[in-house]
Amino acid sequence: MIEFSSLRDMSAGLANRDFSSVELTQDHLTRIQTADSDINSFVTVNPELALAQAARADQRRAAGDQQPTVGLPFAHKDIFCTDGVLTTAGSKMLSKFIAPYDATVVAKMAEAGMVSIGKTNMDEFAMGSSNETSFFGPVSNPWDFDCVPGGSSGGSAAAVAAGLVAGATGTDTGGSIRQPAALCGITGLKPTYGRISRYGMIAFASSLDQAGPMARDAEDAALMLSVMAGFDPKDSTSAQRDDSWLAELVVNGIPELDRPLTIGLPEEYFRAGEHMGALEAAKAELQRLGHVFKSLSLPHTESAIPVYYVLASAEASTNLSRYDGVRYGHRCDNPQSLQDLYERSREEGFGQEVKRRILTGTYTLSVGYFDAYYVKAQKIRRLIAQDFDKAFAEVDLVLAPTAPTPAFKKNQLTDDPVAMYQQDLFTVPTSLAGLPAMSIPCGFSQGLPMGMQLIAPAFREDLPLMLAAQFQRLTDWHKRRPGEAS
Amino acid sequence: MSQEISDDAIDVAHLAGLARLALDNSARSQVGEDLQSIMAMIDAMQAIDTEGVEPLSHPLDASARLRADVVTESPDPEHFQQNAPSTGDHYYLVPRVVE
Repeated sequence: MIEFSSLRDMSAGLANRDFSSVELTQDHLTRIQTADSDINSFVTVNPELALAQAARADQRRAAGDQQPTVGLPFAHKDIFCTDGVLTTAGSKMLSKFIAPYDATVVAKMAEAGMVSIGKTNMDEFAMGSSNETSFFGPVSNPWDFDCVPGGSSGGSAAAVAAGLVAGATGTDTGGSIRQPAALCGITGLKPTYGRISRYGMIAFASSLDQAGPMARDAEDAALMLSVMAGFDPKDSTSAQRDDSWLAELVVNGIPELDRPLTIGLPEEYFRAGEHMGALEAAKAELQRLGHVFKSLSLPHTESAIPVYYVLASAEASTNLSRYDGVRYGHRCDNPQSLQDLYERSREEGFGQEVKRRILTGTYTLSVGYFDAYYVKAQKIRRLIAQDFDKAFAEVDLVLAPTAPTPAFKKNQLTDDPVAMYQQDLFTVPTSLAGLPAMSIPCGFSQGLPMGMQLIAPAFREDLPLMLAAQFQRLTDWHKRRPGEAS
Repeated sequence: MSQEISDDAIDVAHLAGLARLALDNSARSQVGEDLQSIMAMIDAMQAIDTEGVEPLSHPLDASARLRADVVTESPDPEHFQQNAPSTGDHYYLVPRVVE
C-alpha cells in the first residue's frame, strides 16, 4: 500500500480516508520486520508507542485537524532523546540509556501529529562516515548490501532508501546527513547552523552539529524541515528569525522558482572523480531550465579537513567528558577507586573511533599546543567562511559533488582513519561556515547512486529547496529504487 | 609554535590519563600510530597564512544569547536518577574517595 510512497502522498491518502494512520503505521512495522534484518537500519522499533501515536493522530483527523503532517510515520536518528525510549547514540556507553525527556525536535514532530516508528542506527556519537562504528553493528546499503550506507546518519539514509520509512531525521556535523543521502540515493538537507534546536540532541561538536530532514524528495524534506525548524529558548545558539516561508511549506509545498539562478562551480570541487559524468548531466539539465553557471574559487577548501578534525575533535573531547560512569551511561564492574571507575568505564563504554577523536582533541587542546592547533584552526575557519561570503556576492547558490566516491565496501576504509576522513572533503567546508546545504540524487556510477550538493547563503534553505524541487520535477533519479535497473 | 610539534612522539599514556581512558599497552601503540598519521594530516593546515585573522568560534560569528537569571527547572531526582548506575538518598554513589 505505501511502500516507496512519499510523505505527501501518504498525507493525501490520510486526508481522503483511503487508509488510517493506524493502518499506515502497521504497514510500516510489518515491512520493517521483514526487510530490516538485511539492512540493520533500526536500533529500536516501538510498535506500541507508534500505534498509540497513530491512534491519536486518527482521532485528531476525525476531529477535523487538517494539518498535513498528522498521522505520518517516520523515524528518528537514535541521537535524539526520546522520553521513556532507549536513546543510544550508537554507543555501548548509552546502550541502556532511557532518555528522561524529549528533544525539542522530537516534541515538535509529535505535536505535529507525526508517528515515530523507531530509532535508526548511526555511527557511534555521530563519529564516522560509514556507519561501521556503531555498537549495534554496521548498516547495509540497500543498493548493495556489501557496501556501507555512509554515515553518520547511515541508518536513517538506508531506511529511507529501502522504503522502510519515507522520512527520517538526521544530524550533520561534517556531512553526516548529506554524505549518506548521496550514498543511498536520497534527498538530505543540512540547514543553517541554529535553524533547528539542538536541545536534547546528543552532542558531538556543538559549534557544528545541526539536525535536518532525510527523505526521498525535496518536497518531503521541506515538509519535515517546516516542522523541525524554529526558535527554541532551550538552545542558546538557536536562531531567532521570522521566516514565514518556512511555516507555509507545510501547507503549500515548495514555491516555484520565479527566476533563473546564477550557480557557482568551485574549481576545487571539480577535479577528477567518479562524480563528473553524473554532475555534467545534471548541469546540462539545469542549463536547459535557464540557470547560468559561473566558475569560482573557494581557495581554502583543502584546509577544511584538517581544520574540521581539530575543531570537531576538540569539541568532542570536551562534550564527551560528561560520560564518567557516575550519573548515567556505562559503569565498569568493581571499580577500585574513583579514577579507576572513570578510566575503565570510558575505556569499555567508548568504541575505537570515539577514543581516537577524544585523544586527538585532548592532544590539540593540551598546554603548549592550543594556539598551534585550536586557535590556528579557528582562524582558518574564518578564511573558509570568507571564501563563501565572496562567492555569494556573485552567485545565488554553489553546486558541488556531495561525496568524492559512491558507496564503498564495508571494511574497505576501517583500518585507515585518515582515508575515511577524506569522505568529508566536500561537506566539511559548509559545516565550518554554518551554511545550509542539500544533497539530491543526480545519477549513478556502476549501479550506485551519486549525489549533487547545493550550498546556499545562511538561512536561505529556500533556494536549494526550490531548485531541487524544479530539478526533481524533470528528472527521476530520486524515484529509482534499489533492485531496479539503474 | 612550529610545524615540528607532531614530529615528536606523542605521549599516549599521558594523553589517555588526561582523557580518563584506561588504554592497555597494545591499544596504546595502535592509538599512537593512528594519532601520528592524523596529526600529520592536520599539520597541512600550518602552511596557511593566518596573519591578522581573528579566530571564528561561532560559524555565523554570533554570540550566545543571554537569558534572565531565573530558575526555569525544578529538581526531580527520582526521575533523572533512573539511569544512574548507583545512588542512595538522591546522591550518586562512587568508590570511597577519602580513606
